[in-house]
Amino acid sequence: MSLMTRGLEPAVAAVCVVPLVLLAYKAYSGDLGVNPIETLTHETGGTALKLLVASLAVTPVRRLTGWNRLVSTRRLLGIFAFFYAVLHFSIYLVFDQFFDVMAIVDDVLKRKFILSGMVAFLAMLPLALTSTNGWIRRLGRRWQTLHRLAYLAGAAAAIHFVWKTKVPEVEPYAYAGVVAVLLLTRVWFSWKKRQTQTA
Amino acid sequence: MLIKREPEIRSSEITPELVYRSRREFLRTAGVGAVGLATSSMWLGDDLAAQAVLANVKKSTYMVADDKPHSYEDITSYNNYYEFGTQKSDPARYAGQLTVKPWTVKVDGLVAKPADYALEDFIKPHQLEERTYRFRCVEAWSMVIPWVGIPLADVINRVQPDGKAKYVEFTTLMRPSEMPGLRGGGLDWPYTEGLRLDEAMHPLAFLAVGLYGKELPNQNGAPIRLVVPWKYGFKNIKSIVRMRFTEEQPQTAWNKANPREYGFYSNVNPTVDHPRWSQATERVIGQLFKRKTLMFNGYADQVAPLYKGMDLKKFY
Repeated sequence: MSLMTRGLEPAVAAVCVVPLVLLAYKAYSGDLGVNPIETLTHETGGTALKLLVASLAVTPVRRLTGWNRLVSTRRLLGIFAFFYAVLHFSIYLVFDQFFDVMAIVDDVLKRKFILSGMVAFLAMLPLALTSTNGWIRRLGRRWQTLHRLAYLAGAAAAIHFVWKTKVPEVEPYAYAGVVAVLLLTRVWFSWKKRQTQTA
Repeated sequence: MLIKREPEIRSSEITPELVYRSRREFLRTAGVGAVGLATSSMWLGDDLAAQAVLANVKKSTYMVADDKPHSYEDITSYNNYYEFGTQKSDPARYAGQLTVKPWTVKVDGLVAKPADYALEDFIKPHQLEERTYRFRCVEAWSMVIPWVGIPLADVINRVQPDGKAKYVEFTTLMRPSEMPGLRGGGLDWPYTEGLRLDEAMHPLAFLAVGLYGKELPNQNGAPIRLVVPWKYGFKNIKSIVRMRFTEEQPQTAWNKANPREYGFYSNVNPTVDHPRWSQATERVIGQLFKRKTLMFNGYADQVAPLYKGMDLKKFY
């Protein structure tokens, strides 16, 4: 095992921690801007989406490049994506709604923007809980089926971002496009697999 | 018409002159240091000290009794002015390049004295006054802002709309060479807004030309903008170049962009939600938790009679 390969996971973990460290430093130095809660909401949500996209990119990139070692980073990226999503949701829960469960239920039912974010978050929850080696062993083949929920999480998170803006903006649509491509590669791979099986 | 006014500001909440001055002194000193740092700063040179002082400003009784005004930095670095970009920091970053002198306001439509007014002539006949108003954005955040300006009714009385005029339409400058946000699209430029004539004649309706006793910074809509504190922020159109009096209800920029989300009236109303988020609460800038939004942004005593008998869920 080369040094570079051995350092892959710690390097990815280090990159995943950077946004948190930056936010903590900005919070400490009072540099979160005029509306700090909004800044925290946007930064944690944006980081969760980025890492979710990265985790969805692992398999297509591995297949295209043949760099199989990459698969070991997928769980890490997914768990960090969930970690930032937890922060993002917690800010909403505490500072926007102050634990008002009825108001949250009302918000989710009435507003597709909130609903899409909640779907993304809830889709990630069982994935994070079953991400241990023990659960992978216990669930066997069903683990893989369950973890296809990541596709739903990615799509819902991208749509959540698109529905957030008041006028159409480039960035949310760029993320939605990337997620769409990453999901289409799954369709394509499974189609190719079926082709080779029937041939 | 008897207008109930906001109680006057409590004396304990007025920033003492000495503190105000020392803040300005600090800003001036900081401004010197900032020359060398101008690239990384959000704060590109429009500190309070850099703005020209407005003379003969009358203190008015329109004050917010229960909240202190937000800081100059808060008010001038967190803005929605899509002509300069959609990020809150874009106006502070890019509006500095806007040429606001000379400035002309065109008054036309159903009016006895249509004219192209130089801004100075437009303002001069009127008494400048300072008014501290609550400002509630449709995005559910709010501030308290000490504007300087003139009552809109004074201007309307001077230009004399005729009997058929029912509405007034306002238009913002559209100058692509100085407004990078116009390239991005999003809204159907130029930005337009409108009021019913009786809304425009209401004593609370105000044309602001200043902030904290000084000329309005560009990112806040210099040189002249509308302030209607009982309506959502986007109704408070910035950098006005035209006022047109009409019989028909004018088209407004946000209503054109998304009629389901932004109505013509857009009165602050905690019981009528934006389709994508609740309007029941708001985050006062600088506070951690949200608080309940007040009907007509707390100006119900004054403006509710304008909407008597109207279904405000229908006319949102």
